[in-house]
Amino acid sequence: MKKAINVTVNGVTHQSEIEPRTLLVHYIRDVLNLTGTHVGCETSLCGACTVLVDGQAVKSCTMLAAQADGSTVTTIEGLAQGGELHPVQKGFWEHHGLQCGFCTPGMIMTAAQILQRNPDPTEEEIRHGLEGNLCRCTGYQNIVQAIQCAAKKMQSKAVAR
Amino acid sequence: MAEKFVGKSIKRTEDPRLIQGLAHYVDDIRLPDTLHVAFLRSIYAHARIKSIDTSAAVKLPGVVAVYTGKDVAKIGPVPCGAAIPDMKTPTHTVLATNKVYFVGHLVAAVVAENKYAARDALDLIQVDYEELPVVMDEEKAADKNSPVIHEQFGTNIAYKLTAGEGDIEAALKSADKIVKQKILNKRLAPIAMEPRGVLARYFPGEQELTLWTSTQIPHLCRTQVAVMLGLPENKLRLITPEVGGGFGSKLNVYAEEAILGWISMQTARPVKWIEGRRENFQGTIHGRGQVGYVEIGCKKDGTITGFRYNVFADMGSYFQLLTPAIPTLTGLMLSGCYKIPAIQMNVTATFTNKMATDAYRGAGRPEATFVIERAMDLVAAELGMDAVEVRRKNFPAPFGAENPFKTATGLFYDSGNYQGALDKALKIADYTKLREEQKKARKEGRLMGIGISTYVEICALGPSSAMPAGGWESATVRIEPTGKVTILTGASPHGQGEETSFAQIAADELCVSVNDSTVIHGDTAIVQYGIGTFGSRGLAVGGTAVYMAIQKLKAKAATLAAHLLQVDASTVSFADGKFTSKAAADKQVTIQEVALAAHLARNLPADMEPGLSATAFYEPKNFTFPFGTHIAVVEIDRETGEIQFQRYIAVDDCGKQINPMLVHGQVHGGIVQSIGQALYEEVVYDDQGQLVTGTLMDYALPKAIMIPHMELDSTETPSPVNPLGAKGVGEAGTIGATPAIVSAVVDALAVFGVRHVDMPLKPETIWQIIKKSTAGAA
Repeated sequence: MKKAINVTVNGVTHQSEIEPRTLLVHYIRDVLNLTGTHVGCETSLCGACTVLVDGQAVKSCTMLAAQADGSTVTTIEGLAQGGELHPVQKGFWEHHGLQCGFCTPGMIMTAAQILQRNPDPTEEEIRHGLEGNLCRCTGYQNIVQAIQCAAKKMQSKAVAR
Repeated sequence: MAEKFVGKSIKRTEDPRLIQGLAHYVDDIRLPDTLHVAFLRSIYAHARIKSIDTSAAVKLPGVVAVYTGKDVAKIGPVPCGAAIPDMKTPTHTVLATNKVYFVGHLVAAVVAENKYAARDALDLIQVDYEELPVVMDEEKAADKNSPVIHEQFGTNIAYKLTAGEGDIEAALKSADKIVKQKILNKRLAPIAMEPRGVLARYFPGEQELTLWTSTQIPHLCRTQVAVMLGLPENKLRLITPEVGGGFGSKLNVYAEEAILGWISMQTARPVKWIEGRRENFQGTIHGRGQVGYVEIGCKKDGTITGFRYNVFADMGSYFQLLTPAIPTLTGLMLSGCYKIPAIQMNVTATFTNKMATDAYRGAGRPEATFVIERAMDLVAAELGMDAVEVRRKNFPAPFGAENPFKTATGLFYDSGNYQGALDKALKIADYTKLREEQKKARKEGRLMGIGISTYVEICALGPSSAMPAGGWESATVRIEPTGKVTILTGASPHGQGEETSFAQIAADELCVSVNDSTVIHGDTAIVQYGIGTFGSRGLAVGGTAVYMAIQKLKAKAATLAAHLLQVDASTVSFADGKFTSKAAADKQVTIQEVALAAHLARNLPADMEPGLSATAFYEPKNFTFPFGTHIAVVEIDRETGEIQFQRYIAVDDCGKQINPMLVHGQVHGGIVQSIGQALYEEVVYDDQGQLVTGTLMDYALPKAIMIPHMELDSTETPSPVNPLGAKGVGEAGTIGATPAIVSAVVDALAVFGVRHVDMPLKPETIWQIIKKSTAGAA
């Protein structure tokens, strides 16, 4: 028996018939073909699959697609606006916040959420905020710097407004 | 003057696709009509397979086929590329045949229309096992009375090996003191964030198989899989798309790679398998796994006379690509950065009912550095000397190409200035002040510790004579008719940033911009044969190959330029992107114009071929030996045993740095993996052989909050081995940091008379030590 869902992903509304047990991450990757969201574990620990569901950072491997019915989802592919990178994306690029890049989409989505909740976090607060995201390459230091850099960019943008 | 790029922290050219979710890892490649594979793995560590019933699984809607060991009997065994005299090599078939010998051993493959159906079918396969006694301890495995895993050998000893030079008995006899210690390097899981994955597509008409796989060694993997499948090598195209980390775990050839290829050949459809994290813990190689006994002799003044390391090395139940070779790398580096006249390593390599061990970031060298650095600390404690002074006492004087440093492990270190890195680190740390602070802390009853590691590593692997399958690397560099530069490298990267650093080398050599070059890697149909990225060789060997190819290309360009300028070639020079001649000061031709002329080929010297392309196969004459000093400062909570970093300082010398930002990134990541090993990580099998740490819930990977801010600096002692002067840096962190961290914790506990604690230094372990030591006092 299939279930009909209606989900808006990166501004595009999709009506899909899915197997009820389909995980949100598999829906995003295999049905919508948005492969930027990654699967790195089966236990919601690594955070590579992090997306925003109705503005909240969510591990999409731990949520059924059916639960996202009627929701608005933002994935890594939807973060840049009008051809301009999100400040967090810029921060990761400028501060070498990635190496193999596999954890990066989830890291960036989480980082965006951290800054949304706290525009001026301390290093300690950033490290706490990243608790649900694992990176095996960078040792986190440059990721922390990337997020600090993004915070500054977003603050100066807010002032400019 | 053209802008120079080498030595600058250029932003990576590979990043835009990665930060926007637009890159393609294996699972991101979509082919129509793809079938999905799921593997049934053994739930027992050691058992005989009495029967397998797949009938219910095959009937499940969506299931296309279920294969067991007898179905895939034509696939050759999983290869081992390393050879030790008299070693015993079990034949490891791609699926278990009559026996399973570790939890996670592949038993059956289900092929289905979608991955959910494939997974469902696994539960319908009935395997009747007869459990057998297990062998879990690498030391007890060598006992005559131990159960035997591979009956045909009558023993679990895979090989015994003695290495080293000098008269160890005499050296130890001449010592004033001999310090002995048992030291463990426990099993670790590499845990690349992207698990392994394979996509295979066979075209029956062309009889061509394409394999997309997440590997560090595309060409070597292609050769081996072709042999396993009985395919002509030139009918197998292997593509390594984006690789989400390796750390040695993808420096291998796995059963799944051949099985997927074979299934695609059977079904004539694309087939995909993506490893789950649980499978990754069970069936991807582990690292380390040494139970060692250290014996070090010293004079009263701290001079080391001899060093013996008797070690039981855990092979696991069978060999993967390099399994038996890893302890030999330990043997090579036992001299550390010290003058030690006699060194001996006695290895007993044993089979256990566990996953195979193999290369994990550092691969045998972290073990060596850990034991020699711990031994130096033990000597210092025994003699009541400062850890720094014992090290200085045994350093060789700074050396280079004219006077390479020879060790009793048979190596010639290329260049080094160990004092220089140590002095710099001590200065950054303000060591004297730290020791004063420690005195004060101790008076207040606080447990503060300072740990120092002065390390040297063997990198840029390596001369072919010392490698199982070639130690060279290849590059092709072309200048296209429009002047754009294409670089094909055999050193396929997996996060190291070669697309940027190789383009930096090309930019300076050809006087173009970094953005003018494209670096292509990981497709055996496009790139000439290469070796791969491991052993800190990407830049030092692969980058040098790029440099060498460019020299050939420039030589041809200069000849053509002379022809175009109508001057003698000996008068031509290249600067700022232009060829000029002292014979004709008013004339010049740019390298782009030369490239176009080479392709138009209307006006070439009589004996010159058209085109502007050159290939180099660079064979290094020696390894390189990066080094450095790491200092950890910790404080231990007496009540909980928790370890807090106060500072972490690293001064690394990897020779010439092409992109310092990438160098720092490598060091950061390596140190954090070291922190993982020192404080948190450990692959645990219980005494029945069940993998207790089988998910990320149970295996403690370091998180951002567990990690201190690292203070990095460097010294620069160029390597005389290659023209770039680069030594390699990928493994520095995992080699240099672990002993510093353990040393700091032991130093904090020294007030209780503690001289060594085995990793991982869990709060519980530390708390027990404190509790035991203070029981009487309280």
